[in-house]
Amino acid sequence: MRRPKIFYGQLFFTLIVCAFLIVPAILSALAGVTENFFVGLKSGFTFRWIIEVWELYSETIYLSLLIAVFCLIINLFIGVLAAYSLARIGGRTARIVEEIIVLPVAIPGLAIALALIIMYGGFRDFRTSWLFILVGHVLYTLPFMVRSVLAVLTSTNFKILEEGAASLGAPFWHRFINVVLPNAKPGILAGSLMVITLSVGEFNLTWMLHTPMTKTLPVGLADSYASMRLEVASAYTLVFFVMIVPLLIAMQLLANSKRQTKNLIQDEDAH
Amino acid sequence: MSSNATAVTLHKCAKTFEDGTRALDPVDLAVEGGETVVLLGPSGCGKTTLLRIVAGLENPDKSGEVWFNNDDVTELPIEKRNVGMVFQSYALFPNMTVAENVAYGLRVRKMSKPEIEARVLEMLKMMRITELANRNIDQLSGGQRQRVALARAIAVRPRVLLLDEPLTALDALLRERLRVEIDSLLRSLAITSIYVTHDQAEAMALGDRIVVMSKGKIVQTGSPREIYNNPKNSFVADFIGTVNRIPSAMTDGIDTPKEHDLVFRPEDAEIVEKSSGQFNGKVVNSFFLGDRIRLIVDCGAPEYITIESFQRDVIEEGDEISIRVHQDRFLEIN
Repeated sequence: MRRPKIFYGQLFFTLIVCAFLIVPAILSALAGVTENFFVGLKSGFTFRWIIEVWELYSETIYLSLLIAVFCLIINLFIGVLAAYSLARIGGRTARIVEEIIVLPVAIPGLAIALALIIMYGGFRDFRTSWLFILVGHVLYTLPFMVRSVLAVLTSTNFKILEEGAASLGAPFWHRFINVVLPNAKPGILAGSLMVITLSVGEFNLTWMLHTPMTKTLPVGLADSYASMRLEVASAYTLVFFVMIVPLLIAMQLLANSKRQTKNLIQDEDAH
Repeated sequence: MSSNATAVTLHKCAKTFEDGTRALDPVDLAVEGGETVVLLGPSGCGKTTLLRIVAGLENPDKSGEVWFNNDDVTELPIEKRNVGMVFQSYALFPNMTVAENVAYGLRVRKMSKPEIEARVLEMLKMMRITELANRNIDQLSGGQRQRVALARAIAVRPRVLLLDEPLTALDALLRERLRVEIDSLLRSLAITSIYVTHDQAEAMALGDRIVVMSKGKIVQTGSPREIYNNPKNSFVADFIGTVNRIPSAMTDGIDTPKEHDLVFRPEDAEIVEKSSGQFNGKVVNSFFLGDRIRLIVDCGAPEYITIESFQRDVIEEGDEISIRVHQDRFLEIN
């Protein structure tokens, strides 16, 4: 059977993805539930390592979730309001502010963390609490929320919608809550998932900002890779997968549903 | 004019934008209660800015004042002016159904639920869109959106209804039909309305008075008939309808003041027996429009003239014709 040339290209790409992404991930996950990885799968399956991870590192999982949730709450307030203000102001000022907000993404996390430590390291209670990590996470995730909301706002022509609401007598908060926010919802949802995913997986900044008492999941991962047996480290990775994959799937579903809601306009003028 | 309708008075309202652009020179305008005034002009003439000043979406420059009856509303933002506004893009809320859109202004006014329901139903009935009540906005056609926008603006019983090119986004046929509907609606409501458009046919059909604007200034104000028959200058004459212009040097034998060009409208010219008219010319183009023919004629003037004839005779390109315009149909324009 003759196959088009592109088929071989696609086959090659698929094999590459399998070789470097899917197979290693599966292998790593398998290692986490194998009795002894060096002996191989015939040594049997076990949840022993996962239980051990839970006993050793459950604190880090709770902390990661706690930070992610607070990071999201702060982003919902600051990020959404910032995006709204930027969309309102528009023009050059807005673009400059946006660039400044985006800086933490461009600058290596280590450098930002160092700057934070130089500036606030002296405040001992703050430095040693998880709030210090939260600050870093907010800095890092804020641009994703702002951009996501800003994109939706500018595409919905919210200024005219708001003028419409104002013409009907609605004061600022009424129209913000009933008109602006509902119409920015797709952006807020997408931004929220992004913020949680990024916060849960953030390592760069967190590695610099953490103390032995404030380890997050990724920092714990690095720790286990360095000091634990391979099976424990792999089981830990598996736990991380279980947390992060549903978020990624939710993000995809959201993107899809947005595309599908574009209904066909029924032309009924000719009645 | 109903006695309880709100009169709108603008006093020296100018608008200079932050970047220094002058959108509007100081303008005085008085709209009587219950009157429909159309602001007409080409894009960029300041008509929308003027409407937005009445609405409270823009503040006039320092010395300007906006009055609704005896209330100085200059400092009030739009949400406190109790106006109804129909936007060019309708500005319907996509997160609400048709009924919720119409109810929005009533909810803001904290009316009771049964009151809101009754008023919404009344509005939907009036605009003949009752069956659309639970539709989403993206399930509506352009004409339906237009009706919802009108219903929503009227539902709050505004003091003044402001319409910013509400028909521009629609196709020609629909535009004509909705124009008639809006006209009878405004008449039945007897509400003070200000209507912005760049379409002269719309302005003529809807306006009790037309305010012709150009380059940030009011050029002429008057009834559609006055504006059409007695345009103040060539801008108004050109903008409303078509005019022909014959330079004064060519007007031998015609009884008019010598220093003026002769200006007349296409429908005021009559085709007469050879050489018995005021001008003779050669037909450059002939368009059959069904009820009439439109002829483009070269009679030696710098510009070709246009005439419209309801005669049934066949006149074709290249024909020599003679044209007569009745003495009192010449427009007096400098």
